[in-house]
Amino acid sequence: MSKQAMIEAKNLTIGYGDFDLLKNTNYVVNESDIFIIMGSSGCGKSSMLRVLTGLLPPKEGKVIIDGVDMQNAPTKQIQKIREKSGILYQSGALFSSMTLAENIALPLEQYSDYSPATIKELASLKLALVGLKGFDNFYPSEISGGMKKRAGLARALALDPKILYFDEPSAGLDPISSRNLDDLIIEINQSLGTTIVVVTHELASIFAIGNNSIFLNGATKSITARGDPKELLKNPPNQEVYEFLTRGEKNATK
Amino acid sequence: MSDDMKISKSDNVQIFAKNGVLQVVFCADVENTSYDIFEKDFLNTLNDNIKTIKIEAKNLKNWDSSLLLMVFKAIEYAKKNNIKYDISSLPDNLQNLSDLAFAVDRKPTKNTKTRLPFLDNVGFKTILLCRTISGVLTYIRNVLSSLGRLISLKSVMRKVDFLAALEECGPKAIAIVALISFLVGLILAFVGAVQLQTFGAQIYVASLVTIGMCRIMGAIMVGIIIAGRTGSAYAATIGTMQVNEELDALQTMGISKFDFLVLPRFLALIISMPILTMLADIMGMIGGAFVGVVLLNLPAQEYWKFAFNAFTLKNFLVGIFHGFCFGIIISLCGCYSGLNCGRNADSVGISTTKSVVSAIVWMIVATGIITVICQELGI
Ligand SMILES: Nc1ncnc2c1ncn2[C@@H]1O[C@H](COP(=O)(O)OP(=O)(O)OP(=O)(O)O)[C@@H](O)[C@H]1O
Ligand SMILES: [Mg+2]
Repeated sequence: MSKQAMIEAKNLTIGYGDFDLLKNTNYVVNESDIFIIMGSSGCGKSSMLRVLTGLLPPKEGKVIIDGVDMQNAPTKQIQKIREKSGILYQSGALFSSMTLAENIALPLEQYSDYSPATIKELASLKLALVGLKGFDNFYPSEISGGMKKRAGLARALALDPKILYFDEPSAGLDPISSRNLDDLIIEINQSLGTTIVVVTHELASIFAIGNNSIFLNGATKSITARGDPKELLKNPPNQEVYEFLTRGEKNATK
Repeated sequence: MSDDMKISKSDNVQIFAKNGVLQVVFCADVENTSYDIFEKDFLNTLNDNIKTIKIEAKNLKNWDSSLLLMVFKAIEYAKKNNIKYDISSLPDNLQNLSDLAFAVDRKPTKNTKTRLPFLDNVGFKTILLCRTISGVLTYIRNVLSSLGRLISLKSVMRKVDFLAALEECGPKAIAIVALISFLVGLILAFVGAVQLQTFGAQIYVASLVTIGMCRIMGAIMVGIIIAGRTGSAYAATIGTMQVNEELDALQTMGISKFDFLVLPRFLALIISMPILTMLADIMGMIGGAFVGVVLLNLPAQEYWKFAFNAFTLKNFLVGIFHGFCFGIIISLCGCYSGLNCGRNADSVGISTTKSVVSAIVWMIVATGIITVICQELGI
């Protein structure tokens, strides 16, 4: 079964000011993929995510999401796409003055026609889905870092997104919590068919969840490898990718 | 179909009750369904004979969370009332999701706020007040001991921090202080002139402005500007450091936050406030002269003669002393609010507001006290 393209990056050049981070990158994220963006620190992974989510305009090229050109399409269409994407920020980015339930209800109140009662119930459902059943009336300051991430995920899930973006989901989590979060990501991907884009350098996560990936290189400002991470490990295309995926083994087999 | 059957209003969600089995059937597209209507139908259809709840899907195509919510709530109801339920004919992914929603790994525990009886409440508030007072006193003691360390050259205050703070509340505040005090001098002269004109004594505008600005108005205007401009910035900066756990980092490194954060700001303000007050005095007098000479057509020489006659070193020094005290108050209030900030974004806003309000209140109180003392001493 050939999958449909959900996100297409065409000749994307990104950077800040005069400084280019990545030049002329092309890649495609298919529907229902779990797509990993990896690379060494500072090579522009977070910046790539900011471009995909529309927080940072690309210097050149364009991003096409679900057939909509995110740079040139009418604002209404772009807004529609944005409503259908959920983002989990590194720290959760929950609004500290609102309870968890209110945090999740916020996008629902903005963009859906549900009645207040339904919104309330939906918010508790989303919390239950991420394992936070009954935490509705807690404030972000009253829960742990891992729980904040889950709550952030619940908020990202609020509008039944087609695409979910994660920036380093396992950063700052213990191995078990991070494993649980991976399981949750897979579960959401399989049950809801959500396309998921993950920036991470947690090797365990990369192999556990990813079925497609790109490897960014800050020095050459380009994509130096792409494909299923497990395949990349078996047939590393270059020394750098081999070292990255094996935590710095020096002798590449090929 | 039998007579105890019931169909829900929406066609895509149907609820039947038959032979002790309550059947919920989802068909075709179930999107954006309102939960309230479902709940009413569901509860209406329920009766004591129901022993099983069966949730099924027929030709289900598109669905969203609102369907999941109905499944979730129906199962929850069944679990609570010990009714059997059956979701085996739902698509696998829906079953998985509902399993996920019921997988609880940790129970929420939270201290609930209880309303105290009146007397308990009074006692509680009194204890809170005492704690605040002792907190403020400890704070002042800490600042003083930090000053002591500075004098005995044991302080870890960094010179750059002090210079940066000094620049922030000194040179960078000159323009706004000059402008505002010029305008205040102008206003004082105008208001005074209207009254004095009735006695033909316009020339005394010069004395009025000089005495008013030098003795008190200059210092008060500078105090209010700096409280809003610098005091609030202190509270916001230190408060944000609290939120970012930077204060915790300082503490674990064994660095005194009083030496490191409070002292440079404190010193910067007690140095710059008297100087800014002098500036305000001068600018106020110029503002007064502008009104007197340009608008009231008083001869310039005459005006300045009256102004200088009214000027006394005593008044001038009292004004400067006010400025000095206000500097202490603003920096202490700003840093105190920052250090006692909560740990989220909201609390930074609250502590900023607190710093400005408390600084202004204490400045007025201090003015009152200084005035009474001057009265007693005959200054
Ligand atoms: N707002 C900005 N303005 C200017 N330069 C920036 C900005 N944000 C990031 N950069 C620069 O862009 C480069 C890439 O940053 P980015 O955050 O995308 O890296 P990353 O791949 O996510 O790294 P990490 O793995 O450490 O998170 C860095 O060198 C950084 O200094
Ligand atoms: Mg990053």
